[in-house]
Amino acid sequence: MHLVPILIGITVLTFLLMHLSPSDPAERLLTSQGIPVSSDVLEEVRKEMGLDKPFLTQYGNWMIKIIKGDMGISYMTGRPVYDELASHMPYTVALAVISMILTLVLAMPLGVLSAVRENKLTDYFIRFLSFIGMSMPGFLTALILIYFVSLKMNLLPVLSQPGIKGILLPSITLAAAMTGKYVRQIRAVVLEEMQKEYVKGARARGIKESRILYFNVLKNSMLSIITLIGLSLGSMLGGTAIVETVFVWPGLGKLVIDAIGYRDYPLIQGYVIWMAVLFVVLNLLTDLIYRLIDPRIRLNKEVA
Amino acid sequence: MKTFFDNPARIRFVVFFALCIILCIFSLIAPMLVPNDPGKADLANALIPPSQDYPFGTDQLGRCLYSRVMTGAATSIFSAFILVGVIFTIGTFIGVLSGYYGGKIDTFFMRIVDVLLAFPGMVLAIAVAGMLGSGIVNAVIAIALISWTKYARLSRSLVLSIKEENFIHAARLGGASSLKIVARHVIPNSIGPLVVAASLDIGAMMMQLAGLSFLGLGAVPPAPEWGLMLNEGRSMLQNAPWLLIYPGSAMFMTVAIFNLFGDSVRDILDPKFQKSIIKTTGGIKNA
Repeated sequence: MHLVPILIGITVLTFLLMHLSPSDPAERLLTSQGIPVSSDVLEEVRKEMGLDKPFLTQYGNWMIKIIKGDMGISYMTGRPVYDELASHMPYTVALAVISMILTLVLAMPLGVLSAVRENKLTDYFIRFLSFIGMSMPGFLTALILIYFVSLKMNLLPVLSQPGIKGILLPSITLAAAMTGKYVRQIRAVVLEEMQKEYVKGARARGIKESRILYFNVLKNSMLSIITLIGLSLGSMLGGTAIVETVFVWPGLGKLVIDAIGYRDYPLIQGYVIWMAVLFVVLNLLTDLIYRLIDPRIRLNKEVA
Repeated sequence: MKTFFDNPARIRFVVFFALCIILCIFSLIAPMLVPNDPGKADLANALIPPSQDYPFGTDQLGRCLYSRVMTGAATSIFSAFILVGVIFTIGTFIGVLSGYYGGKIDTFFMRIVDVLLAFPGMVLAIAVAGMLGSGIVNAVIAIALISWTKYARLSRSLVLSIKEENFIHAARLGGASSLKIVARHVIPNSIGPLVVAASLDIGAMMMQLAGLSFLGLGAVPPAPEWGLMLNEGRSMLQNAPWLLIYPGSAMFMTVAIFNLFGDSVRDILDPKFQKSIIKTTGGIKNA
């Protein structure tokens, strides 16, 4: 892992993004505080914010603040960006974790079943379902669920409220698309594993098929499945914006969409950095788990 | 005697390819066939259920939904084509450059790729689209900025695997220039998996673009774009479900056809592709 260069790259890119954005942060700050904008005041504020300094100095100063945990003040709410992110974070994490669990509970048995019954009716049916899951945009699934579950059957509230009732529909939406993807991958992994020599050997020794499946094949497929989970947990944390917006779930995704509507640049910037750091840490954790599961893999080697 | 059509994968490919072509042609001529002006608002006729005059009903501004869904097809399909074309070209160019020359160029580009890959899913696309402002072109730019990395990594690893083959050495001994080797030998021998990746990507990119439009970061009203139409119709869900049903089904069917097409391309070009991409790129990144 070359963690440090990646983190530096992330911050440079994020800072650059803000720097290149069309509107002037000083002007934005003034309007958000309700102060009339005149060129004198603007100059003053620019100087105060250090916007007249060269790019690298600005970046350096900003970086020092970030390291201290100061991401600036949100224009939208007037609260520190850091607090804002931290308070919305648990909602997104809960959503990601629950949909992940839901996905695994659905996809593991379906994927394995599909592989075991390769090219039989069950397999075709499961593959058909997973194809539908993959071709359905998240917002469409969400709207269909709202229409049937909330409006027609009145089972769950239309707008999310914190708690188990509110999180159910958004997690099902996220899990639907993920399950499609996972079933395919798990099926492929299990099929590949079943063609290996040791399976033949075990069969020749008369070991029961179910035992081979549960104790050998599944165990050896775990590494690939954990790669999948590690990769998608991160992208799920970042991919919840649409679902959170539809269900008005107060997570990070909803927060950043609101922030964009408000041109709240410090908050957008904070969000991007926050997410990237989180993702890098998650990837590192995945690598560590590999090592636990498969001692042959050394941490510094890229896992193929 | 074996013919081209003995292989069921080839039949599937021809069928889905034909379907895609029909869809594209249809989306181009649709604006001429629709019964009403897709942009004409008529508040007196707002939210009419599907009827003779308005086959799919009307939206909250009284615009003919059928006309809007039909004219919207071209936006979704061709913006996805352009997006895939751009990331395919840029990604492959950078990947081939990195893989073939190695050294500092390689390190430079691969560090950029690492940094871009450090952003989960749509995070950067949403931020970039937010910074650039709305518009379908900006949405394409935002997604392109983060999506070319997949092609760069894939083409780089393909180039690395054939760079030391004997035929490349032979070409070099024969006095061929680097440009000629890359154009005549390296690219033709590595293009297969890249084409597969690109055709599998069309449907996914369509969904991402529609997703940005749905969030209000893509197409701008009053453009007839499916994601945007779904967003506009979502508050009317209870009273006017047709605002969801028709654009939604159009979106789903189009994505499904292009996904099936992508699968069939993979099946004929490289049946083992699914496995090899996992090995070369360390897993398929989820969108």
